[in-house]
Amino acid sequence: MPQFTTPAELEAYRREVLSGRDSAKPCITLCSGSACHATGSNKVAAAIALEIEKQGVAAEVDFRRTGCHGFCEQGPIVVIYPQGVCYLKVQPEDIEEIITKSIKEQQVVERLIYADPNTGERTPLEEEIPFYKNQQRLILGSNLKIDPKNLDDYIAVGGFQALVKVLFEMTSEQVVDEVKSAKLRGRGGAGFPSGVKWDFARQAPGAQKYVVVNCDEGDPGAYMDRSVMEGNPFAVLEGLMIGAYAIGASEGYVYVRQEYPLAVENLAVALKKAAESGLLGTDILGSGFDFTVKVHRGAGAFICGEETSLLNSLEGKPGEPNARPPFPATKGLWGKPTNINNVETWANIPLIINKGAAAFSSIGTEGSKGTKIFSLVGKVNNTGLVEVPMGATLRDIIFKIGGGVPGGKKFKAVQTGGPSGGCLPESLLDTKVDFDELTKAGAMMGSGGMIVMDEDTCLVDIARYFLAFLSDESCGKCTPCREGIRQMLKILTNMTQGRGKEGDIELLQTLAEATLGSSMCALGKTAPNPVLSTLTHFRDEYAAHIHNRKCPALSCKALIAYYIEPEKCKGCGACFRVCPAAAIEGEKKQVHVVTQHKCTKCGGCLEACPAAFDAVRVLSGEPVPEPVAAEA
Amino acid sequence: MDIGIIDEIIDKHGGESGALIQILLDIQGAVNWLPKEALARVSEKLSVPMSRIQHITTFYKTFSLTPKGRHEIHVCLGTACHVRGAQDILATVEEVTGVKPGETDPDLNFSVETVSCLGCCALGPVMVVDGEYHGNVKPAETAKVLSQLKLTETAEALEKLKQSETAEVLNLCACQ
Ligand SMILES: Cc1cc2nc3c(=O)[nH]c(=O)nc-3n(C[C@H](O)[C@H](O)[C@H](O)COP(=O)(O)O)c2cc1C
Ligand code: SF4
Ligand code: SF4
Ligand code: FES
Ligand code: FES
Repeated sequence: MPQFTTPAELEAYRREVLSGRDSAKPCITLCSGSACHATGSNKVAAAIALEIEKQGVAAEVDFRRTGCHGFCEQGPIVVIYPQGVCYLKVQPEDIEEIITKSIKEQQVVERLIYADPNTGERTPLEEEIPFYKNQQRLILGSNLKIDPKNLDDYIAVGGFQALVKVLFEMTSEQVVDEVKSAKLRGRGGAGFPSGVKWDFARQAPGAQKYVVVNCDEGDPGAYMDRSVMEGNPFAVLEGLMIGAYAIGASEGYVYVRQEYPLAVENLAVALKKAAESGLLGTDILGSGFDFTVKVHRGAGAFICGEETSLLNSLEGKPGEPNARPPFPATKGLWGKPTNINNVETWANIPLIINKGAAAFSSIGTEGSKGTKIFSLVGKVNNTGLVEVPMGATLRDIIFKIGGGVPGGKKFKAVQTGGPSGGCLPESLLDTKVDFDELTKAGAMMGSGGMIVMDEDTCLVDIARYFLAFLSDESCGKCTPCREGIRQMLKILTNMTQGRGKEGDIELLQTLAEATLGSSMCALGKTAPNPVLSTLTHFRDEYAAHIHNRKCPALSCKALIAYYIEPEKCKGCGACFRVCPAAAIEGEKKQVHVVTQHKCTKCGGCLEACPAAFDAVRVLSGEPVPEPVAAEA
Repeated sequence: MDIGIIDEIIDKHGGESGALIQILLDIQGAVNWLPKEALARVSEKLSVPMSRIQHITTFYKTFSLTPKGRHEIHVCLGTACHVRGAQDILATVEEVTGVKPGETDPDLNFSVETVSCLGCCALGPVMVVDGEYHGNVKPAETAKVLSQLKLTETAEALEKLKQSETAEVLNLCACQ
């Protein structure tokens, strides 16, 4: 491990690392982020190591395991540099061919490269794949170039240059001013100007101050922070150190949810290496700045993402929120001034210092600067993490990058902002991703969850889903939040189960407004949003559930029935064989019938019935016709 | 349970009461749940009242105050998984194992838990069986994976029964 006691030593080491690297030398990179890990990246890694040895190419090729590339559904992902040829869904048995063809013969293994789901057109280069081509990956881009556990890799891409600049060329006030004029806004949800928050903490009296990384990432369906923390922990650390210097803190904490074991592991390794090389500890690089970091794992509570709850949890207490003010900037961890930011916010800091506030704020819209990472998931062709400049439209993200809705289905809504956010319909797809624009449209930027829904998704059920989540996660401290959510959930559950009543919509509206106005923390204050936004944009769907006992999306199980059309059924028996509930009756070559009271509505028969017959129908809001016995 | 493990974990965190949650997480990681004796030891060594430990262990969802089954099944119900049919996966898991979410069967074969996001949303719906991830999973595949596990469990149970003394007695009875 190198030892750095001065900036000059760090620079000399950087030159040494770079001179030992040949950018023309082939390098096999394998994504080893959580999702690729889940799809078998470890086995692929073993196969690569073995094959390199077997083919005797160890001297001619490098092998690097990296963090998340973003295109997770297509993992495990292998990219061959310097060309940047990208192979998707790679399995151990593909490795021999990849090394023979791609490394030795400079050819491409056609069958493993990206194929457009609509046109079938193939694209070999990663940067040319539509999913990547339309992004601007200032933060995520580094994930492809570095092994998150390798300090040399981070140093090679310019790591810790921003820290050196800050420690030796800038006063704490100048650092705060730089972040202020970059107009960076917090990426954790509320979008508060980071520089302004830093200034509060900087000016707060007290010798002991703290900085904290919020990597609790509670939004179910979002994983931006996981990927940044896993893929580039040194960048988050560098940002944190700059923040610590700016506000005058000598201790930092990283709060990571324990559901992210790989993030915890990679972060722990990064901290250890930084400490061993003198980048953490006392008198860092001879600057007189002291700094240490501790890691704290969350134990499964959504509310712990809220800053005051998080700080309580850090102290070893139950994670219940406190009323603000006082804000953490004046009275935070153990009562001391504390600055807490989201992972992605911290990761932006080195970028701002290196490139300058002007360059940073040249990207984005008037009120929202820089890029934002979104977790583009749900009913969309290309699912994964996307990073776009602020101001990109939802339509561009979902259709240009995401490739639209799969299976020829119709787009219905996009949900942003997680449980605090809202659902936007087709007519608002030209909304720009921008803190203020999204709020105006009735949704929210949130931390970056973007869930696409198609015609099969019931929005009453989605509202019910979020309230069920929030009801479970409300800490229960304040009554409006606890009871308001519970009552709204009851009404919504009734609706989805066919027990909706006249007046329910109005009652929901009243409850929503009461909960909004009088809860203490933002969980309660924003909990009604999923209800309000769906009521605004999809009121018809609510009405259908109440008045016609009909679920237009054919999704609410209590409101649908599976029915076999006698005219179409050929009596092939395919449905009979798959039905797990033995709910289908019929002799061979005879019309089959679903016995309604036995049916569990699993949909197995619908899938099983051959397309040529297409005899199974899903009914909602209309009576199921009486069975007629007839020859098929 | 070996109380030595608990002591080791407490010592690793320097016996600091601020590290209470971290200590409990490590114990849960090592023994898979939080036995009473372990909590008593933590309370004693950290000088933290039992009531506070109880508050913590019920507040945070990760902690389990009852033993877990040999096979742990986690079904993600996060938004991304929800819109891609996670409910059907959960229903299948319940049907095949006969275990409801948050519960364990009396024979300690299966524990079923729901989680709200594992950070693999692009692979939704996601189910984790004994640490192994199954992404883009369908009800039929779920049933297959779990039925296989169940078969193995039953076979093992029968095998054990055959070897045990009770089985000998049973055999005797059958012959006579
Ligand atoms: C219920 C609730 C959950 C939250 N969860 C998170 C979270 O998971 N991650 C996060 O960074 N911020 C979360 N926040 C926002 C934090 O309270 C805080 O605003 C944020 O960490 C500040 O960092 P930023 O300014 O960089 O965004 C949550 C807020 C609320 C009310
Ligand atoms: S929906 Fe499922 S349970 Fe009902 S009839 Fe079809 S296969 Fe059987
Ligand atoms: S699968 Fe379709 S055609 Fe065949 S018996 Fe069932 S309903 Fe009739
Ligand atoms: S984890 Fe491999 S691409 Fe995201
Ligand atoms: S929503 Fe299931 S993994 Fe994220």
